[in-house]
Amino acid sequence: MSALLEVRGLTVDFTGERTFRAVDGVDLSVAPRERLAIVGESGSGKSQLLLACTGLLAANGRPGGSVRFDDRELLGDARATGQARGSGIGFVFQDASGSLTPHRPIGDQLAEVTMAASGVSSRVALQEAAAMLGRVRLPDAGRLLAQYPHELSGGMRQRVAIALALMAKPRILFADEPTTALDVTVQAEVMALLASLCSEFGMALLIVTHDLGVVAALADRIAVMYAGRFVEVGEAQALLANPRHPYTAGLLAAVPRLGDRGELATIPGSPPRPGEIIQGCRFEPRCLGRTDRCRSADPSLADQIVKGVACHFPRTQGEIR
Amino acid sequence: MSSSLWDAARAALMRDRLAMACAAMLALLVVAALVGPQFLDYREDEIDWAHMAVSPFEAPGHWLGTDRLGRDLLVRTLHGLRVSLAIALAATIVSLVIGVAWGAIAGFRRGRTDALMMRFVDVLYSLPQVFFVIILTVVFGRGPLTILVAIGAFGWLTMARIVRGQALALREREFIEAAIVGGAGPARIVARHIVPNLLGPVIVFSTLTLPQVILVESFLSFLGIGIQEPLASLGNLIADGAAEMETAPWMLAVPAAVLMLVVFCFNFLGDSLRDALDPRDR
Amino acid sequence: MSALLEVREARVSYPHAGAVGGRFAAVEGVNLALEAGEIVGLVGESGSGKSSLGRAILGLVPLAAGEIHWRGARIDALSRSAFRPLRRELQLVFQDPQASLDPRMTTAESVAEPLRALAQEVSVAARAARVAAILAEVGLAPELAGRYPHQLSGGQLQRAAIARALIVDPRFIVCDEPVSALDVSVQGQIINLLSRIRSERGLACLFISHNLAVVTRLAERVLVMYRGRIVESGAREAILKSPRHPYTRLLLDSVPAVDPASARRLLARSVPTIDEAPGLPDRGCPFAARCPYAISRCRSELPALHGLEGGGAVACHRAAEWPAGLPPAALA
Repeated sequence: MSALLEVRGLTVDFTGERTFRAVDGVDLSVAPRERLAIVGESGSGKSQLLLACTGLLAANGRPGGSVRFDDRELLGDARATGQARGSGIGFVFQDASGSLTPHRPIGDQLAEVTMAASGVSSRVALQEAAAMLGRVRLPDAGRLLAQYPHELSGGMRQRVAIALALMAKPRILFADEPTTALDVTVQAEVMALLASLCSEFGMALLIVTHDLGVVAALADRIAVMYAGRFVEVGEAQALLANPRHPYTAGLLAAVPRLGDRGELATIPGSPPRPGEIIQGCRFEPRCLGRTDRCRSADPSLADQIVKGVACHFPRTQGEIR
Repeated sequence: MSSSLWDAARAALMRDRLAMACAAMLALLVVAALVGPQFLDYREDEIDWAHMAVSPFEAPGHWLGTDRLGRDLLVRTLHGLRVSLAIALAATIVSLVIGVAWGAIAGFRRGRTDALMMRFVDVLYSLPQVFFVIILTVVFGRGPLTILVAIGAFGWLTMARIVRGQALALREREFIEAAIVGGAGPARIVARHIVPNLLGPVIVFSTLTLPQVILVESFLSFLGIGIQEPLASLGNLIADGAAEMETAPWMLAVPAAVLMLVVFCFNFLGDSLRDALDPRDR
Repeated sequence: MSALLEVREARVSYPHAGAVGGRFAAVEGVNLALEAGEIVGLVGESGSGKSSLGRAILGLVPLAAGEIHWRGARIDALSRSAFRPLRRELQLVFQDPQASLDPRMTTAESVAEPLRALAQEVSVAARAARVAAILAEVGLAPELAGRYPHQLSGGQLQRAAIARALIVDPRFIVCDEPVSALDVSVQGQIINLLSRIRSERGLACLFISHNLAVVTRLAERVLVMYRGRIVESGAREAILKSPRHPYTRLLLDSVPAVDPASARRLLARSVPTIDEAPGLPDRGCPFAARCPYAISRCRSELPALHGLEGGGAVACHRAAEWPAGLPPAALA
């Protein structure tokens, strides 16, 4: 069974005062019903990666490489991209204001998607909208249809945004930091909702986040992104239990755990700014296990010293680095 | 090595070739206005009885011709430019100083102080400027100083409004709160935090105000209530030229062309400055 | 014996069109006391009022009711200029370092400013020396002193903000979500820095965050706020092991888990539907609509904060029913 989404050698450059490369050669594939999470911090390029796949980059962004959805090339083909966005790919943004217009009632916005996609009447579309609101576990759907986004709380708005993304029955859901703007008590609920919706609708999920908790809960596979490249890719359980790349290990160790005391583990330094030119391995300045080889030669996933890890000296189990 | 936002803006501006051309042209005109007459044969009020109302390049030494009284047009135009620029610069500086102070204080204080200060601005705004100028000329006589006062009295109004709007927005930013927590009093906050952060729009507005002031002064001089003979300004040169339009068109064309060139260059430069100072593309 | 900082029945309200009386209370009836050198954690999510409380202590927003005492003297009703001398003793670190530093000033200028405003007797040379010293203390390389905010990373900016707060040698700082705007890999650096500086200088600190894991790492005492009120307070161990308020329990259960087993458990929990729309209910406990333990009394009567043996306090009608604390939420 071929992959639903196949990305090869994706690059994203930004022109302007300086030209810099935000995404530097990324390969990924998502199978139907699979959940892939891309984890990265600021400057990693993860959001640009997602935006490039759906043609939503800013005006001065230039994508390169190949993005194939359902065996159709999207990059460079505005029509194909538009069609994919409408019916194959659903998009959930970091905060619902990316999807919801503030001056129209929610029902209208939801119904509009169905009407555009399948040409049904507005009455039928509103019924479908109400049903969808129920699927995202929002009570009192009838009343909600008439309300405006600002009348709802953040968590409810995000559920509406998810409902909006689902209206066109997509086969894959793209989510860019879907829980980051939410309170922590609401995050868990929205994550649970996403997981169950993906099962119910048979959708694949491509989620971009900096939050390892989200990743641990939702992902089948994880790709760790740093400075524009993937540095580690693997099956979720294995990667979280035994991270091979020093950055992955550092990230996991840096998450504060309830009940711990004393100094927090941390990665020294900070992520490179977009466009910063670095010789050799991009993580090297912050890596505790670095060597001269790391300064001169840039490891990539293709090197395959250990499959799925871009590092000259991948960690082994239990190693502190 | 640090690059402030000013450096980045300067770099962006210098990449804009048309803006640089305008800046160069303005520099050229200013230099010409200041020192040009030294290199020419005639003084601005010198009457050449032998060459009255000659067209450009006809008579030796009169590159752009003479007016009805035989005075060299090039020299007079350069002098006129000097006068117009001087008044425009002075009036703009006055507007800037008063307008920025007024607007920054009003915007920062908000509440009643703001309301009072801006109502005062509104009242002045509603006065017809020309009327006011005429009254001033009656009281103080005609001349450059009167014009300066008249223009300066109104020029700061729009600046105050713009600055107040900026100050209101700035006031809500977190670094202002941080400055309060750091013990800064209102004077320090306005002077060190608010004013530097609104200099961008102020500079842009000033470069756009300058040509407007030149036009107003030219208009007033054209009407006869501005700069008086024998002192030349672009405005009264144009007035003289308009009277002789059919017989000696160069008398109108030369000062008008110079006026248009100066106004265009300032406007274009101001637009480019605004783009350069806009941090959008960073 | 009075505490260093005392907050009594504080209320902070903002004008709000739709609310009762035209004002909406962000903070209501909050009591809090801090001793010298003590670090107290304040946990809450959006709408809890925790930031408003921090700002009120620093005199940035006025109190609508209640009092704040610093070293025995009342400070909440002081005018801005009367408050100024106190700013040498009370300081604040803001959440977003990019926003809290003036974009037109260099790091050194921003850090020096409190000295210039509050300690005019310090000579120019002495000032420069103190700036250099404090930059070193927070781990900023000297060449960063002349840089502007847009040239620094989030972590570096927050270090600068901390340096600015510390340069006047305060006795008490409020840290308002100091790491929430930073990358995970950098958060630990700042938390460790704050912890070290605090213990080296013996500072009293009110540490505000939505992240229980971070707060319980640093603070000995924790206060939990919900919709403007304190719903539970207690020692760190008590909050972690035996929480008495259902909201505290919910917070504990919601802390993201990074090992897949607990993460899946988190997901498998029964999902009560949602948080309600903004605004407070007219009466009753503000948490009642989301509370799995709510009874009819909860919807009609606001629970008062009452003390527990062991020094904590809780505002819940049913708290006596679980003296050993609430167990983790049931799995679906």
